[in-house]
Amino acid sequence: MELDREMLLQLYRTMTTIRHFEERGIPETGQRGMSGSVHSSAGQEAVPTGICAHLTVDDYIGSTHRGHGHCIAKGVDPKLMMAELFGRSTGPNKGKGGSMHIADMSKGMLGTNGVVAASIPLAVGAGLTSKLRNLGRVAVAFFGDGGANQGVLHECMNLASVWKLPVIFCCENNGYAESTPVEYALSTARVADRAAGYDMPGIHVDGMDVFDVFEAAGEAVRRARAGEGPSLLECRTYRYYGHTVFDNPLSYRTQEEQDYWRNRDPLKLFRERVADGGLVSLSELGQMDDEARELMEEAIQFADESPLPEPPEIYDDVYVDYPVDMMKRGINLEV
Amino acid sequence: MTTAMTPTTTRELRYREAINEALRQEMERDETVIIMGEEIAGGAGREHLGIVDAWGGPFRTTVGLIQQFGNQRVLDTPLSEAAFVGTAIGAASTGMRAVAELMFVDFVGVCMDQLLNNAAKMRYMFGGQVAVPFTMLTRIGAGFGSAAQHSESFYSIFSHIPGLKGVVPSDPYTAKGLLIASIRDDDPVVYFEHKGLYGDTGPVPEEPYAIPLGKARTVRSGTDITLVGISRMTWVCTEAAEELAKDGVNAEVVDLLSVSPIDYDLIIDSVRRTHRLVVVDEDTPVCSLASDICARVAEEAFDYLDAPPSRVTAPHTPVPYSRPLENAYVPNAARVVGTVQRLVGRS
Repeated sequence: MELDREMLLQLYRTMTTIRHFEERGIPETGQRGMSGSVHSSAGQEAVPTGICAHLTVDDYIGSTHRGHGHCIAKGVDPKLMMAELFGRSTGPNKGKGGSMHIADMSKGMLGTNGVVAASIPLAVGAGLTSKLRNLGRVAVAFFGDGGANQGVLHECMNLASVWKLPVIFCCENNGYAESTPVEYALSTARVADRAAGYDMPGIHVDGMDVFDVFEAAGEAVRRARAGEGPSLLECRTYRYYGHTVFDNPLSYRTQEEQDYWRNRDPLKLFRERVADGGLVSLSELGQMDDEARELMEEAIQFADESPLPEPPEIYDDVYVDYPVDMMKRGINLEV
Repeated sequence: MTTAMTPTTTRELRYREAINEALRQEMERDETVIIMGEEIAGGAGREHLGIVDAWGGPFRTTVGLIQQFGNQRVLDTPLSEAAFVGTAIGAASTGMRAVAELMFVDFVGVCMDQLLNNAAKMRYMFGGQVAVPFTMLTRIGAGFGSAAQHSESFYSIFSHIPGLKGVVPSDPYTAKGLLIASIRDDDPVVYFEHKGLYGDTGPVPEEPYAIPLGKARTVRSGTDITLVGISRMTWVCTEAAEELAKDGVNAEVVDLLSVSPIDYDLIIDSVRRTHRLVVVDEDTPVCSLASDICARVAEEAFDYLDAPPSRVTAPHTPVPYSRPLENAYVPNAARVVGTVQRLVGRS
C-alpha cells in the first residue's frame, strides 16, 4: 500500500504520542494517588492509529477501559487527557471521569468505558444517527478479545447488519481478558470468524503492523461510508503491561512470549518498514519521539498546575434539568 | 416545559390512544424523534406482501406510526434489548431524540447495563459534555395472569439511580402530557405504562401539551389522612377514600405522577394538614418508593404526624400466577381502608 509522506508522518506521530502518554502519564498518575483503574495500551498503538487515520473529526468512536490510544488517535488533546487522569477540572470531563471515561464529544469520541463492550451500542447508535440524518459519518466500536464474548456485541453486530449501519466493529485482540488467555475463552480460532454469523466481512490483520491495519480499515470505512453496512476487523496485538498497573503479567504469561511481541513493536516495525523507502528519514522519526516526550512533560505540568474540582461540583451535570435540592435533601455533605 | 394552553378541543380518549397521540404529535413536531422496539409495528419487512403495521405494538400504543413516519423513524428491532436500548442511547447522545420501548419492565435485566452505566451516567462522567434525550417506554402492573416475569412494577429501582428520571401516568390526560414532556426532556426518562389502565377513558386535549416532570397532583382533597397513589394505585386510593368517607374519614389523595424527581413538597404540605400518611404502591416494599416517601415525611414532618407513616404495598414476593394468589398480591381498596382505619383509631 502506497502512503504519502504526510500520512506516514501522521501515523508515526500518533503512535509515538500514544506510547509516550502511556509510558510517562500512567506512572505519574499513580504518583498522584490516582492509580485506581488505569490501563495501559502500550504495544497496541498501531490499531487505533491505523483505523482513526481514515476518520474525520465528525466520525465517531466508542472505546474501552484501555482507551488512551483511541482518544489520542481521534484527536483528543493529550494535555487535557493528562489533566483528566490527574483528576483536574481542566480535563475534558472536568475530572469526573478519569481514565475509564475520557470523552470528547467535539472530537466524536463517545467515551472510554469501564464496562467491557458497553460502548459498542453507543457507536451503533451514532451510526444510526448518521444514517437517519444522512450525515455520511461512520462509527467505530472498539472492544477487546474479552468484549468479543459479551452478548451485547453479538446483538449489536446483528442489529447493525440488519439495518446496514455505517459501523466498524474493531476487536483489539491483545491475547488476554485480564489474565484469561484468548485461546481458552474464545470458541472460534479467530474473533473475525464470527462475522460470518452476521453476514458481514470478517478481517483478521496483524495489529502490530500499522500498514496492515490501515489498509484493512480503509476498506471497512469505505464500505461503511458507501452504505454497504458494517464490518468486523480483528487486529491481533499485544499489551506490554498487565491488565492494570497492579498485576504482574508474568503470573499468567511467559517472558519468552513477551519478548516475542516486544520484538514486533509497532513503532519499531514502522521504522524498519520506512527506513528504505526514502519518504521519511529515521532522524525525522526520532525527532517526533522527542516531541512526544516533550509534549508529555508539558501535559504533566499543565495538569499539575490545573485546579482540582471544588466539592460543590459533585452536584453538577447529573442531569440537564433536575432540582438540585432533591440531590442534597437530607444529605449533610460538607460542600 | 409546560406548553401554553389555548382553548382546545377535548375528547374522550383511551389511555393507550393518548400515548399514541403523544408519540404522533412529537414525531410531527420534531423530525429527530425516532422510536424503536420489538413489535412496535409488527410483521417488519413484509411490505412486499402488503403487510405494514401488523400489530401496531404489543398493546397497540404505536399503531399507525409506521404508516405516517416510515420505517426509518419507526424501527422494529430484533429481540435484542441490550442492542437497541443501547443504540437508542447512542443515537440520543449524537443528535436524535430517541424513544425505545422495552416491552415489559421485567425484561430490564437484559439491558440494564445500558441504562445504568451509559444513559444514567454519561452526562456526569463526561463532565456535562453530552445530553441524552432518551425516553424508555415500558410496562408495569400485575392482575393479568401473566406471572412473575411479565407483571412487576419495578419503578423503585429506577428512582434509585441518579441520572434517570421516571414518570407513572395514571390516566389518559397524564399519559399524553407526561409522554410529551418525557420526549422533550433532555435527560433520560423511563415512562411506565400500567397495563391495567390501557382501556380507561378520560378527557384529553387535542393539542400537544406537556405536564412538568417531578410534579405530583392532588386528585381528591381531604383533611384526615394523605393517601399517595402511584400509577393505577391512585384509583385504588380514591376508591378507598370513597369508602372511608362513608365512615366520616376524609382522605386526601395525591397522584405521584413522577417517580424521579419525587414531589416531596406536595406530599409534605398535604401531611402537614392531614397529619397522617399512607403510601399505596404496587411495587415490592423493601427499599422502595413507598419506603422512601415515608422516610422523607418522617424526617421532614415528624412533628406534624399523629400516626406512623405507613405503606400498603405488594408483598415482598415475585408476582404469583394463580388468580387467588395474584388477587392477594395487588394492593386493593379494602387493604387501604383497613390500614387507614387503624391509623385514625377507627378499628
